[in-house]
Amino acid sequence: MKKVTQFLVFSSLFISMLLANVSTSAQNIKPDADNAGLTLPSGFAALKVADNLGRTRHIVVNKQGAIYAKLERLDNGKGVLVLKDTDGDGRAETKTSFGNFTGTGIAIKGNYLYAASNKEVFKYALNENGDIVDENAAATIVTGLVDKGQHNSKSITLDNAGNIYVNVGAPSNSCQEKDRTKGSMGMMPCPILDSAGGIWQFKVDQLNQSYATGVRYATGLRNVVGLDWNNQLNQLFVTQHGRDMLNNLFPDLYDTTTSAELPSETMYAIRKGDNAGWPYIYYDHVKGKKMMAPEYGGDGVKTVDDKYINPAMAFPAHMAPNGLLFYTGNQFPARYKNGAFIAFHGSWNRSPLPQEGYYVVFVPYENGKPTGKWEVFADGFSGKSVVKNPRDAQHRPCGLAEGPDGSLYISDDVKGTIYRIMYQK
Amino acid sequence: MQRIYITFVFVLLFVAGSSAQSSNKLVAASVARGKIVYLQRCMVCHQADGGGVPKLNAPLDASTAVNGSDVAKLIKYIVKGFADRVEIDGELYSNAMPAAADLTDQQIADVLTFIRSNWSNKAGPVTPLQVKQTRSKLK
Repeated sequence: MKKVTQFLVFSSLFISMLLANVSTSAQNIKPDADNAGLTLPSGFAALKVADNLGRTRHIVVNKQGAIYAKLERLDNGKGVLVLKDTDGDGRAETKTSFGNFTGTGIAIKGNYLYAASNKEVFKYALNENGDIVDENAAATIVTGLVDKGQHNSKSITLDNAGNIYVNVGAPSNSCQEKDRTKGSMGMMPCPILDSAGGIWQFKVDQLNQSYATGVRYATGLRNVVGLDWNNQLNQLFVTQHGRDMLNNLFPDLYDTTTSAELPSETMYAIRKGDNAGWPYIYYDHVKGKKMMAPEYGGDGVKTVDDKYINPAMAFPAHMAPNGLLFYTGNQFPARYKNGAFIAFHGSWNRSPLPQEGYYVVFVPYENGKPTGKWEVFADGFSGKSVVKNPRDAQHRPCGLAEGPDGSLYISDDVKGTIYRIMYQK
Repeated sequence: MQRIYITFVFVLLFVAGSSAQSSNKLVAASVARGKIVYLQRCMVCHQADGGGVPKLNAPLDASTAVNGSDVAKLIKYIVKGFADRVEIDGELYSNAMPAAADLTDQQIADVLTFIRSNWSNKAGPVTPLQVKQTRSKLK
């Protein structure tokens, strides 16, 4: 009898574990004892899903909970990793890879996975298990995008009307005749904007599209790395990396402290045809104004009030917003729903001041608009209390994804760590 | 005679010693001036620790090229900038280096002398004459 009871208890435990795995409930997953080295708000816990993967840029999680990670550098000749948790402990046990291209952007919409190189976007069919049907049957839907090294990463997101949005970063700091060269003035009009410095819209079901067939959906965006389609508002949101080196290029107009604190990093709510104003302006969150860029006659005082859109949110300078995700899950407390998470890769352009960023922030939304406040959500990636030099950071957050159970996933592109954040109140 | 000889050797040693000493002083002064140039023109990208920025701006600390004997190449990078997408010690860096042709021969010699002897670097000084000669050959 005792044996039978033991058997029943054991088997019911086993069955409940199995069920837990099927639903991948975050409540039943044991976080890392040190929360993966992260500092989180009360009630949240974290674990490392995987480590030492290489330069994992953006990530996406399919309905079954498998993670697809885009690599910036090939791993054994492959550029997309597939990570699976086969025993339900929250950590990935298996790693496979495919795709012979490096890059940043990756997304899933419907039964397709989209992955970007620094010039192209490829489309792969997924089967009912969320697996790639044929790794060798990638359809090239976009090709020939500008890749000149600087700001060449391509991030992608999709709407609900058969369109994909791709950022094309400007291969330039501020469209000077000679890039980043002291005393060189801005080109007028900036010729870069014809093929970069904006967001391009393409169709998901057409092959080999490029500038001639795509739509320049928004312009005047220097280098967008985070972009996400907000399904609640049915609108594109992007995060821009603001320009560098105000002091080095114009030492008579900007001191080193001003240059470290300006211009703002910005998040924009985008409508078709919008112009955010790069390279002619930059945003100053202290003044709350759009400022004329010094390359175009600005002096740190002159403002610009015409045609360029205002940011939905502005952040301190140079923190490098690399990942943007609107949270739609039910696992986290209600205040997080439909708010924005932003992964700040961390600055380099603030020296001699200490660097900033290297954390994931949360931007609360109310009635479809950001409240104007932001808070550090996950910190501790760098392993340092203060990052003086970027090479000292052990990890740098880059990509964000939401799992089917509402867990938040964060990728690091220094060591290739994937973090999973869960609410376990 | 022996006495004269000893005096002569002594004088020689003294001259050599003091010239080495004054040479050290000259290098130290060049390093000090070079540091000022570095802070104004180089540090924002190459960072206070010379470590650069991973994937964006190349490190100068422990760099093979910086510590190498091809000083003319380093002078050329400063005068003409550097935009080639090539691996440097096994890594690609995506930001181009702007030309700093407005720097004088002396300033370029100073900043290179500072860079080549700072952090873990232990390479020799660069003279304004070397900069002048290299520069005259650059178009």
